[in-house]
Amino acid sequence: MTRLTRAPAATVVLALLALPALLPIAATVLAWSSPETGIWAHQLEYVLPRVALNTLLLVFWVGLGSLLLGAGLGWLVAFHDFPGRGLFSWALLLPLAVPGYVLAVVAAGTLDYAGPVQSWLRAVGDLDLQRLQVRSLGGAALVLILTLYPYVYLLARVAFEGASRTMLEVAMTLGEDRRGHFRRVVLPMARPALAAGVALVCMETVADFGVVAAFNVDTLTTAIYRTWYGLFSLQAALQLAGLLVVVVMATAWLERRSRGREAYAATRPERERLPRRRLRGARAWAAMLAALMVLGLAFLLPVLQLSAWAWQHAADLDARYLDFALRSLGVAGSGALLVVAAALLHGYALARAGHAVARGLGRLATLGYALPGAVLAVGVFAPLNALGGLLQGTLVIMFIAYLARFLAVAAGPVEGGLARIHGGLDEAAATLGSSGPARLRRVHLPLLKGSLLVAAILVFVDLMKELPITLMTRPFGFETLSVRIFEMAAEGEWTRAALPAVMIVLVGLLPVYLLSRRMDHVA
Amino acid sequence: MNPAGALARVALLLTLVAAPALSADPLVVYSARNEQLIKPLFDRYTRETGIEVRFTTADAAVLIERIAAEGRNSPADILMTVDAGELWRATERGLLRPLQSRVLADNIPAHLRDPEGRWFGLSMRARTLAYDPRKVDAASLSTYEALAEPRWKGKLCLRTSKKVYNQSLVAMLIAQQGEARTEQVVRGWIANLAAPVFANDTQLLEAIAAGQCEVGIVNTYYLGRILKDRPEFPVKLYWANQGSGGVHVNISGAGVVTTSRQPAAAQRFLEWLSAGEAQRFFAAVNAEYPANPAVGLDPLVAGWGTFESSQINLGKAGTLQPQAVRLMDRAGYR
Repeated sequence: MTRLTRAPAATVVLALLALPALLPIAATVLAWSSPETGIWAHQLEYVLPRVALNTLLLVFWVGLGSLLLGAGLGWLVAFHDFPGRGLFSWALLLPLAVPGYVLAVVAAGTLDYAGPVQSWLRAVGDLDLQRLQVRSLGGAALVLILTLYPYVYLLARVAFEGASRTMLEVAMTLGEDRRGHFRRVVLPMARPALAAGVALVCMETVADFGVVAAFNVDTLTTAIYRTWYGLFSLQAALQLAGLLVVVVMATAWLERRSRGREAYAATRPERERLPRRRLRGARAWAAMLAALMVLGLAFLLPVLQLSAWAWQHAADLDARYLDFALRSLGVAGSGALLVVAAALLHGYALARAGHAVARGLGRLATLGYALPGAVLAVGVFAPLNALGGLLQGTLVIMFIAYLARFLAVAAGPVEGGLARIHGGLDEAAATLGSSGPARLRRVHLPLLKGSLLVAAILVFVDLMKELPITLMTRPFGFETLSVRIFEMAAEGEWTRAALPAVMIVLVGLLPVYLLSRRMDHVA
Repeated sequence: MNPAGALARVALLLTLVAAPALSADPLVVYSARNEQLIKPLFDRYTRETGIEVRFTTADAAVLIERIAAEGRNSPADILMTVDAGELWRATERGLLRPLQSRVLADNIPAHLRDPEGRWFGLSMRARTLAYDPRKVDAASLSTYEALAEPRWKGKLCLRTSKKVYNQSLVAMLIAQQGEARTEQVVRGWIANLAAPVFANDTQLLEAIAAGQCEVGIVNTYYLGRILKDRPEFPVKLYWANQGSGGVHVNISGAGVVTTSRQPAAAQRFLEWLSAGEAQRFFAAVNAEYPANPAVGLDPLVAGWGTFESSQINLGKAGTLQPQAVRLMDRAGYR
């Protein structure tokens, strides 16, 4: 009964939440009403086969690499004790704060032929490493893995830590050893979380422009920009983007289908965590070194290089940087709150929505993440301006576009969190007379806290790094740290862009640290 | 304390202070030219005239879509870009209005402005050859086309064809020599590459200095910037195609937006930029060439000597750009 009466409301909520993402997606669909046949003949012959293959390879390697690295580190930290574990457990999230395009430029600047590493090798050892080309598909994949694995790591760690002592005991009475328990109980229960993490990584890879542009690897996204900027056809660019959306939708659908109707739920927040296995001797060292190496390559060394570059241009640092930093924090903080709140609504509505149309709307709402940023920005900006100058000079369009792009990032963890709440809990709460907002506050929120914090961290750092939407939709004089990077980098002054880049990392550090510490208490 | 709550409070505060105070009739510039290259000039104009200049920056293609989407409500008075092709594209969309300005016509040479007066070059950017004097005898260099000859096999470095500067260069080659000959040249370049094409000219110059390649094609101001920090940087410029079409030049320029509510004030601002100290600064701040030939050069730039530049109207770079991009796709220029 309740389900029936609630369903229409859920559909309305989902439709409203899907609206921001639907604007640019509709633009890509409408663009097909008049296909640019001349451009398409050219694209099909000279461009698409190559960029489609590159995109597939890139997504495959980055998806696989992030899964192995993220889940591996998550497993290490969740189930083992080794020197520095407490530090690594949150520090391994830090690479999230480094924008991919920044890491790419650092990698190209230090590891390319003219960079210090190869120059030194040539000088001392007459070693010519021209074959080992950083600016390549492999290089781009590595950089993307190093910046994106934390999505998987974070979700995996939370899921693994949710595995309880009770379940292990049950599994053992059923004759499983520890390894079998991991394979047959923990891993399947964590699968939705891992899939959500990898899905985010893949979507971000598909939409990435910064890394592939720095390494000049041609993907569907670079082809979209080339069509728009170079061939002067936004129409044909949107058509290409439409193609991209279809591919992403199909992949997401396949993943969900393969998971089938398996459902795993915990009946209460687990107080009794699985005891961590203490590693000793060589194993302890190996674990620490592995974590340190990832952290070093993805975070410590790049930040060191950036700091050195920033030091060369220390004169750029003036009082305005305080404004830039505060504005970045403000935008990312308020944006994260908005997006996480929307994701919570989205998760509930999706769980209640009876019929397929509503669920479809729910899925559409999260597709914005796979669209190249500037395409999404134009796609949201143009129709909203049809409302007249009403929104001019405000941040409304910017936040609507953020919602369109980043709902997916928050929706993954929130949905995962909701899925782990057992239906029986709701029934029990209802019997006790707790319903609506009260039930949300007293029963669900305590259970969801961990997932909500994960969602908030992810969206926050994504917003700190976000560029194309902010650039297009900001009011006059509205400068953030990432806008600052653009100002320097657009004319190739990369070492001068290091200052705002370092500040993005530093400003992003504190919230990531605080939120992840807090998560430790509630997970 | 609750960090999420704290963030929310900070955010609220920021949204409140984000809207700056209004003053009478500020000029609004949408600029693809970076903040640090334009803001000092805007501030100076405000000091001299009392007229506030507001601006926002982004890629030109994005700014053009923004103006188009805003339509009659667009606050933009001026569109400023770092490439003639983008200005041409804006005129195709009907976004720039023709100006009748004696001053601009006198200050800016005909090939650096729209024949119908819808856009004007404000600085000139020369794209020419850069070489390693330790390995290359300047006498062996001559033209862009000559870099396609087999003698440069494994010695040439290029920047990506995604950058508009190379798209205009190839467009102008098409204008001078026709499509078939240009495609031959571009194929020859690609066959001669010493390394995968670079994402920017600075990387390319560093590669020449490190010995990865011997010659490349760059905008001169990138070398200018490096030289200001490291005067000993071992790469030299060579003026291409002297006596055969001239060095390819592009512009950083501007036009007045069709929907501007104060076109006369916007025109006066462009006129101010086209002469005197403003014009000198516009170019010198980035080691570019003033569009106005009467204005003096930055000493570093003057040191590179004089050259004959291509006299074809830069509108051509726009009309031929899509053709150039397709040609580069066919020739395997990534």
